[in-house]
Amino acid sequence: MSFVTVERKPLTLAERTYIPQILSGLKTTFKKMVKPNETLEYPEARPSIPEGYRGVPTLVMDPNGREKCVSCQLCEFVCPPKAIRIKPGEIAADSENAHVEKAPLEFDIDMLRCIYCGLCQEVCPEEAIWLQNVFSLSGYTREEMVNNKQKLYELGGTLPDEHFKWDKKKAAEEAGNGAH
Amino acid sequence: MIDLYLNLPVWIQATIKGLATILVIIPIAGACSLAERKVSAWIQGRPGPNRARAWGLGYIPVLGPILQRLGVFHLMADGAKFVFKEDVVPGHVNKFYYYLAPLVALVPALCTIVVVPFGAYWDTATNGMKPIILADLDIGMLAVFAIGSLSVYSLILAGWASNSKYPFLGGVRASAQLISYELSMTLSVLPVFLWVNAPGGQGTLSLFEVVQTQSLPGFLGGIWYVFLMPLSAFIFLVALFAETNRQPFDMPESEADLVGGFHTEYGEFKWSLFFVAEYAHMTIGSGVFVLLFLGGWNPLPWIPLGPLIESLPMWLGGIIGISIFLGKTFFFIFLFMWVRWTLPRFRYDQVMKLGWQKLLPMAIGNLIFYALAIAFIETR
Repeated sequence: MSFVTVERKPLTLAERTYIPQILSGLKTTFKKMVKPNETLEYPEARPSIPEGYRGVPTLVMDPNGREKCVSCQLCEFVCPPKAIRIKPGEIAADSENAHVEKAPLEFDIDMLRCIYCGLCQEVCPEEAIWLQNVFSLSGYTREEMVNNKQKLYELGGTLPDEHFKWDKKKAAEEAGNGAH
Repeated sequence: MIDLYLNLPVWIQATIKGLATILVIIPIAGACSLAERKVSAWIQGRPGPNRARAWGLGYIPVLGPILQRLGVFHLMADGAKFVFKEDVVPGHVNKFYYYLAPLVALVPALCTIVVVPFGAYWDTATNGMKPIILADLDIGMLAVFAIGSLSVYSLILAGWASNSKYPFLGGVRASAQLISYELSMTLSVLPVFLWVNAPGGQGTLSLFEVVQTQSLPGFLGGIWYVFLMPLSAFIFLVALFAETNRQPFDMPESEADLVGGFHTEYGEFKWSLFFVAEYAHMTIGSGVFVLLFLGGWNPLPWIPLGPLIESLPMWLGGIIGISIFLGKTFFFIFLFMWVRWTLPRFRYDQVMKLGWQKLLPMAIGNLIFYALAIAFIETR
């Protein structure tokens, strides 16, 4: 048997007067009234952002202050809405990071195009681009909505690094294990 | 100061008193609209309006932020907005009646206050309580009913003059609903006046006398009528909800099925007049309920106010009386809002069924029962 016949009892007198139901309804709403608010007062109080949240894409430095992006342009190629535009540049020979060789000269992310998909973060071999917890940005012009390199580093800041890949490479090179 | 006032011609005194009362009622009605928003917000777990801040008051330390949190400045902003908004009159309306309707709404709502006492003081000359009232007429309650029920014309006029189907439906519903519930309302207060006008005494419908009979010594003398006649109080309260067009009897407005009901075609100041009138009705209706069934300005059942303020200065006693009365009235205004944000609207046929098949027979049965009971007690 795939169904159950529910017996429909006739309403009692008390139910037909609506009064017990109205009173219990009033009790419920009164409890809600004295409870703290469910809502956040947004600009002053911000929601807590869960880990792994995909906010505005940003560029990050490693703890030594080295910019991690090596302008390989993988993010530019993978970006579905073509929001990223990179102009690669070289690192000066006298810099202590000269062995990294490349760094972006310009790095623009057009936030009017960005769809917050996170593919750039996924594809980045240097863990240099991160979608962090900024979720609200605004501007008066189209130009303002394009984040340039300086803005991206401001938003990104420094994140902890697990590998220090380029330091290890440099150490290996100095120990004579540079060439494979 | 008082002598100067007493030497003025009577009509100037009356004008001053009348204006003073209106200047209290209209801000209360305005504050109710804000309270409505705040209560709805609290019930729904929101903070409610709390952003607007006026340049003067808002920057006083402590007080300013508190007023801002309570949304007091939204009230001023709303009021200013309604006054200065462009006055749009749709082309298809009947202009004369269209303009007349909000006035017909407001005027009776404010007129009923004339016979409603809103406090009492101890008069040392006569050694008794005197009402604080604009006109202590013997027809009291009858005048409230007679003038108060005029407000239904405003809804009908607004609905008809708008020359549009939804307002018209709203107006038709308003007329049917208000007339149906008027009957039960009137019948439900009759037992109170039967009890007040004991045989042998001088007959009166004055609301002040109703409170006086709830301030007598003895068990039956000091009892509030809500305990003596709970069914009357209940029917009166339900009918009051219907008369003031409040949820769950929000038929004339029913924004879900009639857009905005009778005020669909209204905007700006005229729209706000309808709402001031609705809240003024609510305030005065709550006041009348408090006077009839909850002992008016008496602080507790069996504890009349008179002996408590006998030794106090006259003005202080008067203020205490008014405060107690207003406190009870505000509780009922809060109840109106509380119920509004709890209950869904009745269907129209349910409203009619409830009015004619439940409340009216109940009110008639109640009247017969109390008529017999009072006759039995009084002739014993």
